[in-house]
Parts: sequence; structure tokens; C-alpha cells
Amino acid sequence: MAKDVILGKYCVHKLRTKIINGLEHSQVEVNQKSKGDYMILMNDVYKTYANGVTALNGISIDIKQGEFVYIVGPSGAGKSTFIKLIYREVKPTKGSILINDINIGDIKEKRIPLLRRDIGVIFQDFKLLPKLTVYENIAFALEVIEESPRKIRTRVMDVLDLVGLKNKARFIPDELSGGEQQRVSIARAIVNNPKIVIADEPTGNLDPDTSWGIMKTFEEINARGTTILMATHSKEIVNTIKKRVIAIEDGLIARDEHRGDYGYEI
Amino acid sequence: MHETNTEVTTAMKFKTIMRHLREGFKNIARNGWMTVASVGAVTTTLILVGAFLALMLNLNQMADNIEEDVEISTLIDLTLNEEEITELGNEIEQINGVQTVVFSSKDDELANLIESMGDEGRSWELFEQDNPLNHVYVVKTADPEDTIDVANQISDLEGVQEVSYGKGVVERLFTFTEYARNIGLALIIGLVFTAIFLISNTIKITIMARSREIGIMKLVGATNGFIRWPFIIEGLMLGILGSIIPIGVILTGYYYLANNVSERISYSFVEILPFNPFAWQLSLIILGIGAFIGIWGSVMSVRKFLKV
Repeated sequence: MAKDVILGKYCVHKLRTKIINGLEHSQVEVNQKSKGDYMILMNDVYKTYANGVTALNGISIDIKQGEFVYIVGPSGAGKSTFIKLIYREVKPTKGSILINDINIGDIKEKRIPLLRRDIGVIFQDFKLLPKLTVYENIAFALEVIEESPRKIRTRVMDVLDLVGLKNKARFIPDELSGGEQQRVSIARAIVNNPKIVIADEPTGNLDPDTSWGIMKTFEEINARGTTILMATHSKEIVNTIKKRVIAIEDGLIARDEHRGDYGYEI
Repeated sequence: MHETNTEVTTAMKFKTIMRHLREGFKNIARNGWMTVASVGAVTTTLILVGAFLALMLNLNQMADNIEEDVEISTLIDLTLNEEEITELGNEIEQINGVQTVVFSSKDDELANLIESMGDEGRSWELFEQDNPLNHVYVVKTADPEDTIDVANQISDLEGVQEVSYGKGVVERLFTFTEYARNIGLALIIGLVFTAIFLISNTIKITIMARSREIGIMKLVGATNGFIRWPFIIEGLMLGILGSIIPIGVILTGYYYLANNVSERISYSFVEILPFNPFAWQLSLIILGIGAFIGIWGSVMSVRKFLKV
């Protein structure tokens, strides 16, 4: 019985996806005129790696400024590639990707740093520098873009306040808990006021309480108008904090629902 | 905040230069033993390069000295009168590659001979009454390598009785000096490349340990230049640090050599280049090579890690 229900649900999803995908294509055409509204606009994007592995098989998507989007799907379905395309760690094999109206598929190598300054990336493994303090780790992101020392100070203290780590500024990452380290990496990602924040399984290694805390921070950032993309495997989070859900399966968009469900049994 | 995002500031700010310098020095301190290893590699190779350069340049100098001494003695036919002798001198001067033609009368020649023989030369004084020697044109070529060719041309001229330039010996000397030069040059180039390889390898290890840092820098929007500069400064500093000991060794070693050894060698052509300025010039070359291989090594190694 239960199996049938799931199967039924799945069929409905597939149908919906087709409708949405169809809609999307017509939307894209309209968007050519008013694309300014969109933060991320992908049109028929393919990615095949040098070793022959095809990660994405023609993806079209549009994400408006200020949206909060979950990216879900089984492991190896192309979520990571999808995310890496946005901050140009990988280049699409085919198709166009517009970030804030700039086609990043054919931007020059020299422009990539500028693109990345508009995008804050948060990783599951935090990617903090172990020898630097919390403060230095966050200031690093501003030093790199040659901000003035005074601006760096105020901005870093602001974000530390936002993530609730003001009293741990002088600690080094090893002295912090996993959740605190994740909050440091969030602080680093948002310190230069990026237009987009991308989080690749930010709660993957954290206990539920900490995860909810992190999500609260994301919602606060989102409330300021920052677009948030979050790849996750957490059914609980997706089903509780309802947002747009984009499911990627076999390199295709399987589902795109506003206020959607996680839709997978773990 | 976003105005900085719209365009890369091409002109590096003073603050940024200071930051790169600070980072470069900080990295040297931070890398501890790897720094010691890198500097050690530079030091060892530069001592070898320095010693070789000193040897090479001195050998070269000696070879030059010997070559300079090579001259062609043109024995003038005894039947020639004064006018014909002058004409022959002019003809010799016309030959391509001839630098100087000096006339030496038979009396001069005898005086030279007697002098060069020392005490035994006295017995030759008898000939002062009836000098059997010839008048001689001493010919020098601009390029010592032309000696043989010029000598052959002179011997074809009318009124030349004989031409002598140390046939056989000169040829062998030239082949030897040429070999010595080429082998020395090859060895030095080989050593410099070995040093570059060693240094770029060591720096690669220090960079590898920080590839994570570079990756993060790239992800937060650092430009390649911004990432590269501290490493270039680090490489430069490693090269300079690595050349301190070799310079010390060369200065003291050469000072000793120039003051003691050169006095004991009596051959006129074996002349060691004077300490001042040679040792200083050599030190500057060593410093230059050190800085070059340091920078080159770091640029080579950092390149790979920038492709994120």
C-alpha cells in the first residue's frame, strides 16, 4: 500500500516537473527582455567531465533575487556540479548561465574573482584555515578583496554578532565545536555582503539543535534580501522550514516546487 | 561595499604591497623547517655554483692570458733592404685580422735572447760582433684564434724567410681552452638548473601544505596576482637567505686563495684574478642567481595551484 502511495506521489512529481519545465522554457523566452529580475538563470546547461562522466543533462532554471532554494536529490545526481557551476569552479559544457545578468560561461579568467565576490560559499567541511583565529578567518575574505582595515574591523564584528560568536573572535577553529566552526564559515561567506549565498550541506555534520540554529541564521540572511541556495539531505529541515525545492536526479531537474517537500525516503 | 566589486584595481595599493611583504615574511617564519630545507638547498647549490664560477672564470682568464701571449714571429729575409722591409710591414698590416705589427731588429732579438737565457746567455754575447739573426716582425692578431690563418698568409708573402708561432702547441692550446670553456659553461648551466629544480620542488612542498589556503583565497574572490605575490616574495627571500653563506664562503675562500696561493705559483700566465673586484662581482652574481632561482622556483610551483 505504502509503496503505491509513494509511487503515485512520484508520478505526480514527474508530471508536475514536466509541466514546470515546460512553463520554464516559455518563461525563459519572456525573460530575455526582463531578465534583470533573476539572480540565477540557467538555460539548457550540460556538464560532462573530462573523464567522460556526465553530471548534468540539460538543466534550465531561474532563481529570483531574495529566494531561498533547497537543492535536493540522491548522492551523485549532480547537486554538487550544479552548485559548482554557479561560482564557476566548473565550466558548463553547453548552455548558458547568467548570474546577475552576466553570462559566466564565457567570462574571462580575470573576471572570475569578481564573480566570486558576489557569491558566498559555505562548505560541509567548513574550509577554515586552522592556524588563523576566528576573527582572522573572517577578515581574510575582506583582505583578499583589499578592503580598508577599518572597514574590515567593523564588518567582521558585525557578522560575528550576527552568527553569535563575538566572544570567540580570538579562538582558533580547533577550539570550537562543529556548529561554531560552521557559523564561522557562514560569517566568512556573508562578510562581504554577497548577493548569493551557496551552502553545500551546511548541516551535514551537525547535531539537530545546532542545525536549527544554523537555519535560523540563514533565514536572517535571507530576510535581508540575499539569495540562498542550500544543498541538503535533511528531510526534516526541508519539510519543516518550507521553501522552494529543486530536486536533481540523473543530471536533470526532477522537481521544482514552491514550498515543496523533501520527497525522498532516507 | 560593492564599488570595489565592479572593477579590479590594477594599480596595486601601497597597503597591499605592505600586506604581501608581511605575508611573505610571515610565511618564511611560519614554515619553519621547510624554510630551513629550502635555504639549505639553495646554500648547497650556490656554494657549488660559486666555486665552479670562480674556477671557471679564473681558467678563462688564464686561457685568455695564454692566448694573448701568442704571437707570430715573421723572420725577414736577409736580402731585403730597408725599403722592402717597410713595404713587407705594410703588406702584413693589410692582412685581415692583424692587430699590431711591431718591428724588432736583429740586435733587439739577440738582446732578448741573451736576457731570456739568464747566466747561460753570456755565451751568446759573442754573436754581438756578427749577429746571425734575422730582423723580425712580431705580429699579433685581434682574435687569437686567427693566429694560424694569419701565419699561413704571412708565410706566402714575398721576402718572408720563415714564420713561427709555436706550431702544434698553439693548436693544442686552443682546443684545450675551448674544451675547458664549454665544459665549464655546461657544468654551470647544469648546476643552476639543478638548483632551480631543487628549490621549486621545496617551495612546491611549502605551497602544497597551503594549497587549502590558496583554494579558499580563490573561493572568496582573490585574484591570481594577489595570491602569487607573497609567494614570489617568499621565494625571493629564500633565494637571498640561501646566498648568504655561499657569499661568505666565497669571499673568505677567495681571500685566502688570492693572498697565499697566487704567490707560490711562478708561471707568468697563471695569474689569479684579484680579490677586489672579482670576489665582489662573483658575490653579486651569486646573489642574483639565488634571487632568480628563488623567484622562478616559486612562480613555477604556484602556477599549478592557481587553477581552481
